[in-house]
Amino acid sequence: MSAAKMQWPEIRFKVNGAERSVSVPPMKRLLDVLREDMGLTGVKEGCGEGECGSCSVLLDGVLVNSCLVPALQANGCEVLTVEGLATNGALAHIQQTFLELGGTQCGICTPGMMLAAESLLRKNPQPDLDEIREGLAGNLCRCTGYMRIIDAVRRASQTPTSTAASVREETVRK
Amino acid sequence: MGDMSQTRIVGTPALRREGIDKVTGGARYIDDIALPGMWHGATVRSNIARGAIKDIRFGAGIAWDEFVIVTAKDIPGENCIPLIVDHDQPVLAETQVNHPEEPVVLLAHPDKARLHEAVAAVEIDYEPLPAIFSIEESEQQRTIVWGEDNVIKHFLVEKGDVDSAWLRAAHIVTGEYHTGAQEQLYIENNGVIADWSEADGLTIRGSMQCPYYVHRALLRVFDLPTEKVRVIQSETGGAFGGKEDYPSMIAAHAGLLAKKAGRPVKIIYDREEDLAATTKRHPSRTRYRTAVDREGRLLATDIQVDLDGGAYATVTPTVLSRATIHASGPYFCENIRIRSHAWATNHPPHGAFRGFGSPQTIFGIERHMDQIAKAVGISPEEVRRRNFLAQGKTTATGQEIRDAIDLPGMLDRALKISDYEAKRLRFARENATSSVIKRGIGVVSFMHGAGFTGSGERYLNSLVGMEADAAGHVTVLVSSTEFGQGTNTILSQVAAEALGLSCEDVSIAQPDTQRVPNSGPTVASRTTMIVGRLVQDAAYALANILREKKLLGEGYSAAGFRAACATYTERFGALRVEARYQAPKDIFWDDAAYKGEAYPAFAWAVYVAEVAVDLRTYSTQVVNFYALQEVGRVINPLLAAGQIEGGVAQGIGYALYEKVVWKDGRMSNSQMTNYIMPTAVDVPNIEVYFDETPCEHGPYGAKGLGELPHDGPAPAILNAIQNATGINFTSIPLLPEDMYLRMVETPEPGTMETVECVK
Repeated sequence: MSAAKMQWPEIRFKVNGAERSVSVPPMKRLLDVLREDMGLTGVKEGCGEGECGSCSVLLDGVLVNSCLVPALQANGCEVLTVEGLATNGALAHIQQTFLELGGTQCGICTPGMMLAAESLLRKNPQPDLDEIREGLAGNLCRCTGYMRIIDAVRRASQTPTSTAASVREETVRK
Repeated sequence: MGDMSQTRIVGTPALRREGIDKVTGGARYIDDIALPGMWHGATVRSNIARGAIKDIRFGAGIAWDEFVIVTAKDIPGENCIPLIVDHDQPVLAETQVNHPEEPVVLLAHPDKARLHEAVAAVEIDYEPLPAIFSIEESEQQRTIVWGEDNVIKHFLVEKGDVDSAWLRAAHIVTGEYHTGAQEQLYIENNGVIADWSEADGLTIRGSMQCPYYVHRALLRVFDLPTEKVRVIQSETGGAFGGKEDYPSMIAAHAGLLAKKAGRPVKIIYDREEDLAATTKRHPSRTRYRTAVDREGRLLATDIQVDLDGGAYATVTPTVLSRATIHASGPYFCENIRIRSHAWATNHPPHGAFRGFGSPQTIFGIERHMDQIAKAVGISPEEVRRRNFLAQGKTTATGQEIRDAIDLPGMLDRALKISDYEAKRLRFARENATSSVIKRGIGVVSFMHGAGFTGSGERYLNSLVGMEADAAGHVTVLVSSTEFGQGTNTILSQVAAEALGLSCEDVSIAQPDTQRVPNSGPTVASRTTMIVGRLVQDAAYALANILREKKLLGEGYSAAGFRAACATYTERFGALRVEARYQAPKDIFWDDAAYKGEAYPAFAWAVYVAEVAVDLRTYSTQVVNFYALQEVGRVINPLLAAGQIEGGVAQGIGYALYEKVVWKDGRMSNSQMTNYIMPTAVDVPNIEVYFDETPCEHGPYGAKGLGELPHDGPAPAILNAIQNATGINFTSIPLLPEDMYLRMVETPEPGTMETVECVK
């Protein structure tokens, strides 16, 4: 098996800021390369056909379903996964608002959902409600009914930094 | 204990305990785990609905000697997944299959990629047998596929004298309502890893709700003593009932492969297998015949409930029970008869899904109440107001309501919050001049019993453990699982509150049958109310031990607690307590007559849905949704609101989007591409409100709320659609094509209604 593996061309790309290279079948799914060859298991598989968005990553800044992307297509690109959102142990703003506003329940859609939110906010830093809904429409969540996720994205777009207590106070209706 | 006294932590939006792991990608779900030397497993399933197995052949072109192959002959113990009925669903079919996608052969190989073609190369020869796929076919009993009469379970509930009431009626209103199967659609598919060794026996790690259900099943399948089976729940990516019973099956499969292979084996379903092979919500048919007086007061109700149970019993008897008890709604009626049957068919077994039978019958009664209102000539809200249950009145099973529940007050509040009256007038005015968009608003009221039905909690006899170490850190030991709904956080809050500590001073042990006692399954809206109360009891017991040893005073600080734990541990060793369920003394239940206190407590709700129906596309958009509920004390308002919103979204899917398309007993749309659930664009703004009346049975007055929000949305939406279009739609899911067909078949609005006017 290792002999066969050596025959595959090397694919090089940057993942979460670090140069990585793998020798894998060029049509291997980027999802599997990230999970199996690079140990980035924060990238989840929900459907394997590009419907649920759990495997969402940013490929050169573009939101893609990594279950539909062959590894070859990532050659020379930059990939951002959930593991690359936090910097030096500090949660990214979008992670903080998901955590504090109830944007994660079972957590399986959360990595992909946060990358969809990140992609939206990079393109449109001040989205309105409809734009947030549209921006998240490719990512399915079965737990939340999306309300708290929408809150988290809106909050992330409104404040450059968060203060946990004040964020939580606001979100709870009486 | 059932009080609203000042609390520090209960009632606050404490952060989700495992939240940081979930937002960083660090949470480890079963497919994120690999054991050394692990192989991968796959399942060969039946491709017919019913037939005798004649031969199993392993086709050419596959290096079969590289595979581990398991059939029913490899099962060391009983070939059965025990749950409620003995000799029920086999682990692997041996002589006959009874539904499509029934497991027959298991394969394992080190390379996951090789399994797909190997599964396809196994050929099973059958002698086909006649199969049935509907309640109607099953009740005709021309083809018997279960027992002697196809009846998996039946109940009869009788209160008063229904038969003598019809002559006194001003109106008799009849109706028949249908609900379809619904997939739980947790985003993490089912999966387990099994590990086997002669010394330790079988260890299962996996995505699941009920570790002790899996444990019990494996003891019988593998014929092992208790200590030789260990079940550990890994992080679980949604469940909603769909991981209540099926994980026992997958665990048995992976275990059989691991035992034969002598190495760990992982089985992870892909979406198509998970959709086609595992459980769904029971399809239902409910029939109501109701006598009312001139003012619309209920005189008598005769109800028939019929469920499609699928090919094996699994949890169906208890689903039917809950469906039956909830079928008469939150209304008082002196004369009620409910006859209910669960019918066997050759569908894969239907199972648990949030609400567990109650969304089906609440759909029936809440659609029916609107038809009664129409027959009497009063508004939908008025017919409800005139018939509400109240303190001192009795339910269908004769349970006297002890809660100080104020349903008329809740109805008023929900109508005000939603601006119901003004919208109803405005929509009527606007609809008269709009030929394309018709707007409507609908209201429902309902209740949901928390905990196991009847004597169920007594049989469960749940046990909770709690430990404190020398540093004063407390660990809660429960088999109750977290799968997104908030178990870890809620139980931490209860323990921290009771001990005078902070949430960070408390951990919830990973559910592992070798470490935690059996606190019962994580189902039936029971975890906060029943298990939470035991956690509170254990916390008090723990503090009392420290007091008895004179290490703590009546009032103490967190530092004082830590010092006491250090001293206790040094002098006496480990500090550990247990709390066992004790049935409330005033709860009586007669299983034979189906009479008595069905549940220790009910949650109550009034929901309002606002819709816009587009008569060009026949599509319905839910424009606004208002959810008011009384759930006792809310332990964590953020998580509670998240539960309600998520349940409402699933209910919207149930009503308008989610259709299982059956073909010869198999789900033919077993992909997320064509089984459609709501997206962020489809779910409206959901406004959530709580009334909090403390309940004496739960910790700090809490009741269960997890299933409640799935009960109301579907009938509320269809009531709103009737308000918008004038048409009495009686079936869900109501997709645009269903609405189109119904409107073309009966173009005159309202002609489907069956109202007999007696006087």
